Amino acid sequence: MLTRREALLAAAGLVAAGARAEESPPAGASGGGELLAALPGKKPLIQRAFRPPNFETPLADLVPLYTENAVFFVRYHLPVIPQVETASWQLQIGGPSAQSPLSLSLRELKSSFPHVSLAAVNQCSGNRRGLFSPRVPGVQWASGAIGNALWTGVRLRDVLRKAGVAASAIEVVFNGADTPVLPGTPDFLKSLPIDRALDENTLIAFEMNGQPLPHWNGAPARLIVPGWTGTYWMKHLTDIRVVPAAFDGYWMKSAYRIPTGAFPTARFVSQETPETTPITEMLVNSLITSPAPAARLRRGEPAQLTGKAWDAGSGIAAVEVSVDARRSWHEATLGHDLGRFAWREFQLPLDTSRAGPLEIAVRARSRNGAAQPETLTFNAAGYHDNRVQTVRVEVS
Amino acid sequence: MHLRTRRAGVALTALGAALAMVAFGDASRAAHHTSPAAAATPRTAAAEVTELRAGEGHDLTERSCTICHSVEYIPANAPAMDRAAWQKTIQKMKDRFGAPITDEEAKQILDYLAANYSGKSG
Repeated sequence: MLTRREALLAAAGLVAAGARAEESPPAGASGGGELLAALPGKKPLIQRAFRPPNFETPLADLVPLYTENAVFFVRYHLPVIPQVETASWQLQIGGPSAQSPLSLSLRELKSSFPHVSLAAVNQCSGNRRGLFSPRVPGVQWASGAIGNALWTGVRLRDVLRKAGVAASAIEVVFNGADTPVLPGTPDFLKSLPIDRALDENTLIAFEMNGQPLPHWNGAPARLIVPGWTGTYWMKHLTDIRVVPAAFDGYWMKSAYRIPTGAFPTARFVSQETPETTPITEMLVNSLITSPAPAARLRRGEPAQLTGKAWDAGSGIAAVEVSVDARRSWHEATLGHDLGRFAWREFQLPLDTSRAGPLEIAVRARSRNGAAQPETLTFNAAGYHDNRVQTVRVEVS
Repeated sequence: MHLRTRRAGVALTALGAALAMVAFGDASRAAHHTSPAAAATPRTAAAEVTELRAGEGHDLTERSCTICHSVEYIPANAPAMDRAAWQKTIQKMKDRFGAPITDEEAKQILDYLAANYSGKSG
């Protein structure tokens, strides 16, 4: 069914709304009809907001092991997003706890440090916020503010060491080229604890899936913080400051926070208060990519359940599937291991010998023992929904 | 949903592209020239397509909010909002994000949003 808006747009030739409607998350999950539209250089994505651009990847585009650059989700906080000139771009590294501040061109960044490639999931902190009950304000993402890519760049710690990290360093603060319209709007800056910044897996990436970073995903260079939610993966990186105290910017002190102690994730001690603390790592989670919700399977024909499972870097130990409304569980076959920060494919043949409804549930378990829960740990910002997902299909 | 198409017909595509230019500035222009894919599929170009419900305070609300963001956020968030939640949001926009609105304007915007976009249940 097309909404009136979609019908009007389809009539105007603006969107192929009907053609891909069934690939979109279930109706009601995100507050109504969904618009598929393309940013320059991108394929059509689910438009959650035009300005600042927030575009979600449709479920069908999450089937490949590596999410294609042209369909990778787009998430911005601020509306002024310059096209960064690669030739003149300079990355500044300094701050009170940097002993030898420096500035690097893209060529210098690429030629001065060893290159590293790493497969990792990038998931927006608010992915699945639109599925919260009760509903909470924010971008009403369904399940597609996520993707898996091969990121290539240099280690942040190699760059920081060249800048001389002093013993006083507590956090590292990152800024990107995007800016607000109004002078009173806080610029989007984020910080990491010094130990996470110096972790060997934290990268400054300039390539995504073997191509230069797309504009909408942070060209010419962005931060990669494997295992941590997307908010830390600063796009269009311009400034890195090593600081001797907790950074007090709005986007650290007032946004992207969860109740202290509510989730079994890495602590961010310098930013923690008794009440709240910054979101850090992703929780163990999974996504059923096929069959799509409400799909009809032909009786007697082979059918596969497929999906992806991920966590914050322990790796996936097992994925269990129930096709009988959680009465019995069967272990799915795990696919190729791309590394502990990537997602892992799983599959299981579905029995289509009998007609009727199938209620499919999937729960992933991490190598650290954590498993997806059945219930939501409610939090006001709408983060960390890793509940066991259910998809209902019909065999006929 | 309380959505209507603001710009129907063939003019839509051109307007969408023009809006993208305004919204994204140099980013859009440069990307437009270097992206054959975008040029080949102008009919699916991203654009602001949501129009707020008519009502007392519509123009002030649209004018104030669109300084920084498109209005889709308003109907999209309606299911999570009531008068108290809108009050909190408007205060945040004013105090934390520097929205240039007077207290009287803030009240008019609150009345409009509370009347038209309060979809919170229970």
